[in-house]
Amino acid sequence: MSVISALRNETTSWYEASARQRIDALVDRGSLTEFVGPAARETSPHLAIFGLPTQLDDGIVVGEAALDGRAVLVAAQEGRFMGGAFGEVHGAKLVGLLRAARATRRDVLICFDTGGVRLQEANAGELAIAEIIRALVLARLAGVQVVGLIGGRAGCYGGGGLIAACCSTLIVTEQGRISVTGPEVIETNKGVEEFDSKDRAFVWRTMGGKHRYLIGGADRLVADSAAAFRAAAIGALSSPTVLDAGTLDAEQARLERRLARFGTAEDATEIWSALGIDPVDDLPALDESSFLARAGGKRESADGAR
Amino acid sequence: MERLTFTLAAAKQAGGLRQQAIIGVVASGNLEVMLERSAPSGTCTFEIETAAHGFGAVWEAVLNDFVARRAAGGLRITINDGGARPDTVALRLAQGVRLIEGDEA
Amino acid sequence: MELDDILASLFPAGHEVRVAHGRIAGHGVLRDGRRIHVVGLADGIALGVEDAASLAAQVLAIARQTDAAPILMPIDSSSQRMSRRDELLGLNEYLAHLAKSLLLAEQAGHRTIGLLYGGSAAGAFIATALATGTLVALPGAHPEVMDLPSMARVTKLSLDVLREKAKATPVFAPGLDNLARTGAVHATWDPAQPLTAQLEALLAEPAGDDARDLLGQQRQGRPKAAAIAARVVHEATRGG
Repeated sequence: MSVISALRNETTSWYEASARQRIDALVDRGSLTEFVGPAARETSPHLAIFGLPTQLDDGIVVGEAALDGRAVLVAAQEGRFMGGAFGEVHGAKLVGLLRAARATRRDVLICFDTGGVRLQEANAGELAIAEIIRALVLARLAGVQVVGLIGGRAGCYGGGGLIAACCSTLIVTEQGRISVTGPEVIETNKGVEEFDSKDRAFVWRTMGGKHRYLIGGADRLVADSAAAFRAAAIGALSSPTVLDAGTLDAEQARLERRLARFGTAEDATEIWSALGIDPVDDLPALDESSFLARAGGKRESADGAR
Repeated sequence: MERLTFTLAAAKQAGGLRQQAIIGVVASGNLEVMLERSAPSGTCTFEIETAAHGFGAVWEAVLNDFVARRAAGGLRITINDGGARPDTVALRLAQGVRLIEGDEA
Repeated sequence: MELDDILASLFPAGHEVRVAHGRIAGHGVLRDGRRIHVVGLADGIALGVEDAASLAAQVLAIARQTDAAPILMPIDSSSQRMSRRDELLGLNEYLAHLAKSLLLAEQAGHRTIGLLYGGSAAGAFIATALATGTLVALPGAHPEVMDLPSMARVTKLSLDVLREKAKATPVFAPGLDNLARTGAVHATWDPAQPLTAQLEALLAEPAGDDARDLLGQQRQGRPKAAAIAARVVHEATRGG
């Protein structure tokens, strides 16, 4: 890697970058070959019904590339187009990539940035997510690593959160929010007393990357830069994990232990205190290295149990 | 959605060797621009889908200005527009030409 | 059809299936004596962290058994439970764990069959019915990815406009027919015929690969998915 590209990565904010910028900065310089790229013009056939503009890649880039010299498959969702949501074409590209991963035994990097199912093509999007989960799990059972990277504007919501939790390893930033039901949807359905979606600090400590890292919902917490994601992805692929019956038995035990330990907590800060972290009030404000130093040895990990 | 197409004379041939470039995102007030080296030399073609109706004359003015200032001959340019302002359109077109010439955007 | 009638029609030779807290568990016996594990959701339950963990534990216990007996998963749920507590505890991991457990059991030789007899929606639908190898439904089942009023809020379109658009395409509106046309539902069973015969006929078909995208193409509910996925596979496997 040249000095110039290293500098470029160092200063590329993952949160601010587009899907194409993220992939460019993540993989070895110039190594991406895109599949069914924008020139193929495979756009959504459904958005026109709603008078909405299409995007040439339907909001996702998929292809093959090299990561530190190793052949990998990559995908990146564009969170600014339709909230990065899964539509028919968008989803099918990731389905195809994961089926190919199993066939060619290549590891996969997925840069999530999604609000979940694209409502205008909800049935197709929902089913695509189910197909993605099946293809992902079959690839992992065949020995493929699937690494999820989460730190975009749209977070990783809805079915995206389920796909993420099927990955071998999850790399997140503090901004990388993961959940099933989004804040606005909970508030709309259950009221503002249940969930105040405008309370940004509350949203982040309930769904954000630091909390997910502390309870074992994510594996590596990194700073908001493409260089940090790149280093963590290289690290993840060099320490492979397996998916088998033992893994899921361990995950069952891990998730039951979480209910037993934290099931009565009202707020994330109670969980952090129960983990033995002290103090907890300033955790959201800490930079990554101070945070990791304070959380060290106290967090719940998902090693060998995801 | 409104669909617009233009074929403009573009005397200066696009530089560089890249076959294709894409820049921008389709979002409110933003647009994506894809450039391919597949138009006849001396012309630049535009295929536009835009969420904003009735701005054909504005598009034509922006595109005429673009082909007059930049080396755009031989380019087929595809645009999906989420209702961007003319200055944003001009910026993305300029970034696109720099990209296909092989420079950083 | 009510769950009791469904179970009686499925297992005329007898079954031991119990429902508690909206969770279905037990087993039934086919006419040839074959055992069928039964794990599912009843009473329109919203799937929360405890429910998902409990179902997954049952599925993993079955996966460890070497009897290769199929798993039947009757589903009448609503969506995932929408609450601060469930999200705080990482509901996405619980739902994904349940889906992974079903896929593992299937790979371990236990064919998985979803039987949608009531509702299901959103993340709960993905983690249960849509994670089975074959999904069948009974008339009256009412799956929905997102309800039309919520969709109206997000798209800023009126309910009437959405209903009008839904006539032109099965791709977004709720309902069994629409989901079936996208390929999500393999077949809708006939409640007037014994369900046990229909289950036996289904088990006689080979399970095969995930062909839901091809089904959606044939039924014209998903015009592009199958071709796009196949094209990505083709381009990704060209070189090696």
